[in-house]
Amino acid sequence: MIVEKTLTIKNELGIHARSAAMIVRALERYQSSVSFERDGTRVDARSLLDILTLGCPKHSEIVVRADGDDAREVLECLEKLVDDKFGETA
Amino acid sequence: MNPGEPKRTVVLQGIGVSPGVAIGVAYLIRRVDAPISRYQLEDKSLVSEEIRRFRKAIKDSENQLLEIKRKFKDQEGLETLYILDVHIMILKDKMLIKQTIQNIEDKGVNAEWALRMTLDKYRDVFSKVDDEYLRERISDVEYAGQRILRNLAGVHHETISGIGDNAVVIARDLSPADTMQMKVERIQGFATDMGGKTSHTTIVARAYEIPAVVGIEKVTTEAKTGDIIIIDGTAGAVIVNPDPEIIRRYEEKKRHYAMIEDGLLKHARKTATTLDKHRVLIGANIEFTEEIPSAVQHGTDGIGLYRTEFIYINRDRLPTEEEHFCTYKKVVESRGIRFSTIRTFDLGGDKFISDPRLAAEMNPVMGLRAIRFCLREVDLFKVQLRAILRASAYGKTKVLFPMISGMEELLETKRIFNEVKKELKRDGIPYGKDVKIGIMMEVPSAVLIAEDLAKEVDFFSIGTNDLIQYTLAIDRVNERVSYLYEPLHPAVLKLIRQVVEAGHKTGIEVAMCGEMAGEPVYTMVLLGLGLDELSMNSLVIPRIKKLIRSVTVKECRKLVERVMTFNTASEIEFFVRDYMRRKFTDDFEVAD
Repeated sequence: MIVEKTLTIKNELGIHARSAAMIVRALERYQSSVSFERDGTRVDARSLLDILTLGCPKHSEIVVRADGDDAREVLECLEKLVDDKFGETA
Repeated sequence: MNPGEPKRTVVLQGIGVSPGVAIGVAYLIRRVDAPISRYQLEDKSLVSEEIRRFRKAIKDSENQLLEIKRKFKDQEGLETLYILDVHIMILKDKMLIKQTIQNIEDKGVNAEWALRMTLDKYRDVFSKVDDEYLRERISDVEYAGQRILRNLAGVHHETISGIGDNAVVIARDLSPADTMQMKVERIQGFATDMGGKTSHTTIVARAYEIPAVVGIEKVTTEAKTGDIIIIDGTAGAVIVNPDPEIIRRYEEKKRHYAMIEDGLLKHARKTATTLDKHRVLIGANIEFTEEIPSAVQHGTDGIGLYRTEFIYINRDRLPTEEEHFCTYKKVVESRGIRFSTIRTFDLGGDKFISDPRLAAEMNPVMGLRAIRFCLREVDLFKVQLRAILRASAYGKTKVLFPMISGMEELLETKRIFNEVKKELKRDGIPYGKDVKIGIMMEVPSAVLIAEDLAKEVDFFSIGTNDLIQYTLAIDRVNERVSYLYEPLHPAVLKLIRQVVEAGHKTGIEVAMCGEMAGEPVYTMVLLGLGLDELSMNSLVIPRIKKLIRSVTVKECRKLVERVMTFNTASEIEFFVRDYMRRKFTDDFEVAD
């Protein structure tokens, strides 16, 4: 099953090292292959480095695509991380 | 270089990211970053061996970071520990490993080269990211990558925990793992080749309020462990092997920096006007154009003393007229200042050219320096004067000549100055129509003939540091006589009064730009003596302004009348301090 959704980054710092690390860690629980796309560049969401290279600041949009049995759960999990602003307090 | 010979002073510019002044001993963290060589793997069987080496280096790197994390768990905030986790994740990043292994396999190269290729690719990709903060995260990738490379090279030990107190840490770049192993709170300052406003060194330095300059490019090649080094985190300057005079200037700056209090900045924008409506002009003493925004923020009316010496120091060849001009233009056209007083070269000739004729002198403060040197090397002097005059077309400019000791020197200086003006006019090069010229009043002989000198210039500026040492015959470098250095010596006060009276009689303004002008305890005395302008380190301006705004000139004059009845420096010092303490109960400490 392939699920795709556009998410808007809400936290001040954007997807920086810390938030990217949270994404990679969270994905360890799932089987699906997951990718992010921004401005025509698609990267593997399980690589912290590749996520960083997208350079996603606040308000940027990324297209999340998950492919696998738990694709729907993957999307829910990522959506929650983004909505929680990766736990950023400010 | 002979062991006894003084080391060469080197001035470097970088980005000042954490304000304040540090004076300390350099500690250079030298990484064994041997240039990475490329080896072609001759045999296919070697490929798996390279991959094994690479994986082992990653494992070793991970273990080292875990060890650091374990050791410092109790000492550091969670934030830095988290960064170590990020670095561990980068080490184990699936794409980093995949690409490096692919490079080993496809290109048949050694693990070091393969990893370098991967890191370079990421550097390239990161450099295209728009957001500055995110772009600089490449530094995290580099920290992790460098650690793997060190492990591949078989280098395990980093001996940075042995940094002593008062150390100024010099490095290419500092990683969180580096700073965690230091007793950061004991470090005086940081200076790094790499880095920017959001790099790790910056964040740590700001958190601990330690002065730091980053992005200096070559500080690790210019400074060695054991060198005396000054970090000016406000101006973004680093001075390696400064001479005693420069160290003294920075000690003053450092003291002023420690004195600023948060609430004072609100006094900064108001004018320095006394309760009985007497306005005193406030100037800032600067040596780098980078200091001007801070001076404006601290409420300066203008630049009261721009010391031009750093244009000359630390160069292989003399600065060109164009280089002088660009710097002066930047000064005079700065926003928020009403005037710029540019002082011509004020050191000995040995400071900027290795000319055997200018051998080190036994007593340099009384030797061939400042205006004496300029009058002897007229061609050099003219280059500076032309540049100042050209810059004067862009903003109100005052030229200040240092160390004038008599009328002949002044007339000769003016003759050369006017000659340069005429040459510019002849060549059709514009310059300011109303450039004021003034002289430093710092040699006692000049003070004694101040009335005559006043007729030849537009303003006086009293340089108290030199005036005191020449008047009291003290070698300031000699610690055994430093107790004699007393700004409130009756002789010094009489000389200051004489300069002010001579100036006012002729109708010219009298400024003071020595250290004394920036000492709050002397402010009332100086107002009472009638100075028109006080120029000082910009950090102290808000405090001096606050003080001036809370007194009357009338009471200052009364104070001076009283002070002049004493005949020893210690009586005056005691009386003035006591007076200031009583008047401003909170602002002056008892001990000094």
